[in-house]
Amino acid sequence: MRLEKRPQVSHAALLLAPVAAVLFTLAVSGLLVLWAGAPVGRTYVLLAQGAFGSVFALTETLTRAVPLILTGLAAAVAFRAHLYNIGAEGQLYAGALAAVAVGGLHGGTGMEWSPYVLFPLIMLAAALAGALWLLGPALMKARLGVDEVVTTLLLNFVMLLLVSALLDGPMKDPTAMGWPQSVALQGDLELAKLVPQTRLHTGLLWALALAVLVWGLMARTVAGFRIRAVGANARAAAFAGVPVTRTVVLVALLSGGLAGLAGAIEVAGRTSYVTLDMSPGYGYSGIVIAMLAGLNPLGVVAAAIFVAGVLVGADSMSRAVGVPTYLADVIVATSLLAVLVAALFTQYRVRR
Amino acid sequence: MSAWLDILAGTPFWVATLRVATPLILGTLGVLLCERAGVLNLGIEGIMVAGAFSGWLTVYAGHGLWTGVLVAALTGAVFGLLHAWLTVGLALSQHVSGLGITMLATALSYYGYRVAFPKVSTPPTIEPFAPMDWLGIPVLDEQTPLTLLALLLVPLIAWGLQRTPLGLAVRMVGENPQAAEGQGIRVMAVRTGAIVAGSALMGVAGSFLTLSAFNAFYFNMVNGRGWICIALVVFASWRPGKALLGALLFAFFDALQLRLQQAGDAVLPYQLYLMLPYLLSILALVVMARRATYPQALMKPYRKGER
Repeated sequence: MRLEKRPQVSHAALLLAPVAAVLFTLAVSGLLVLWAGAPVGRTYVLLAQGAFGSVFALTETLTRAVPLILTGLAAAVAFRAHLYNIGAEGQLYAGALAAVAVGGLHGGTGMEWSPYVLFPLIMLAAALAGALWLLGPALMKARLGVDEVVTTLLLNFVMLLLVSALLDGPMKDPTAMGWPQSVALQGDLELAKLVPQTRLHTGLLWALALAVLVWGLMARTVAGFRIRAVGANARAAAFAGVPVTRTVVLVALLSGGLAGLAGAIEVAGRTSYVTLDMSPGYGYSGIVIAMLAGLNPLGVVAAAIFVAGVLVGADSMSRAVGVPTYLADVIVATSLLAVLVAALFTQYRVRR
Repeated sequence: MSAWLDILAGTPFWVATLRVATPLILGTLGVLLCERAGVLNLGIEGIMVAGAFSGWLTVYAGHGLWTGVLVAALTGAVFGLLHAWLTVGLALSQHVSGLGITMLATALSYYGYRVAFPKVSTPPTIEPFAPMDWLGIPVLDEQTPLTLLALLLVPLIAWGLQRTPLGLAVRMVGENPQAAEGQGIRVMAVRTGAIVAGSALMGVAGSFLTLSAFNAFYFNMVNGRGWICIALVVFASWRPGKALLGALLFAFFDALQLRLQQAGDAVLPYQLYLMLPYLLSILALVVMARRATYPQALMKPYRKGER
């Protein structure tokens, strides 16, 4: 038995593949729901209602999708160039710290800056912080051949410890009664609400705009073409005159910057300060989202809303039927592997 | 300075070093087996979680400690088989498959824990492995049998890889699968076997945490140890002996930072000490990057008849 490349890929197969992957995922997690002693159908109905069933549910899902779109874009850009950035989690925190450092701590310095100046500065600082946190591993990969997967992963742990140290010390909120949180962003710097009386903020528009921007960059510019060329075959790209190291650095700045913005927008739109648990693994979920989207920046938006829906829906489902919320993580991980396999079978068929 | 000397002169420090090293030795040997056969296994972090959970649950359910270790190994093997099917059978991206398996194994373990213990706030405990008092060798007699197992596996795997036909086959499929196929070696089967065996070791590495180092299962207890093993294999240039050395060296610094943190006069935040292991791993990668001799076919999928 072996795999053979299909002479031509049918459009029906391309459409059916994700559907089959989702059905498979639902079947597998259905077994787990049965094991937990809950009715499968009702659990899934509750999950869907909790994610999309009301205006409130929908706004919660979209609020959760904002950081996921950005970390998804971060992974999609990097993976396209075969720069395996698994460090979006750390870069997100780097961005969040930078945002608070610029937009919260300066209050004590006596400088009175207009929010119209300060807000762009915050976003710039956050993007820069995230980019720099990835630049090290990217340079180590380009110059020394150090595998970036391990270095970016390890730096996530370093960053979380750094956040913890800063929340104990220089960035500690003196009014938080010992609760580990940073000083807050100044009120006039927070993002406006998109729907009144909900948590959905204008960060969603930022995320959508960035998705379109990244899509345009990748599909329509020379830089995007170079990124794709380096990803397809770095040696051939170098031979054709593409500056490989410079392109890898550009990708790192882009990817890290997007993840850094995810942190800043979370702070400005939702939390207003940095805590150690402000991201329940958004950086890692971004990788799944990018893969589900086939690394397409516009697909990332859809995939992020799907994953956000599963996460938000699982919370309310769990409260109702007592199935652990970790079901959401099982669904996300299983759908990643299932989509990979399904996508393969659109390109290949099994031959005896 | 005297604080350092006091620490180094005491037996407890060396006991701690060997204890910290044990899961790293087992995990690094597991990664080494997979990578010598040409396959990266980023599933290790999650497989260690699953091994820690399944081994502990088995013992909690009333079975023996060694049964727990066996179940942890089998759990690892099952996830290894999945990784082998995805990366060897279907030739999918080894990076993505491994990360997916880490996410899946972790999520399944946490889900299983919450289904089995929906309400508990303090984790239930078991009676873990006892130290081998009867051994009469200093430092080692304060360790559990799993540490001895880890230490014995190092020469065994080194011998197996260098001196047996099976070991030669594993190395060949990791260096040049086309040539191996030409010699009549079934590349797919050998790679699958190496991944399954390596993943079983990762499962045992995880079970050490719940059955020996601690006596309960906690969330986030693996805490990056799997990723550190991946770095240690590069540091060790894919040699079992050097892997042991790397794990011990790493554990030495980890145990040292813990003691310094306790003895410390709190000049530095404790988080900076905790960063040390991760920063050391990165440093090890940078130092060894130039000299490392990767298995030539690492991360290169193999399809019969395709080049």
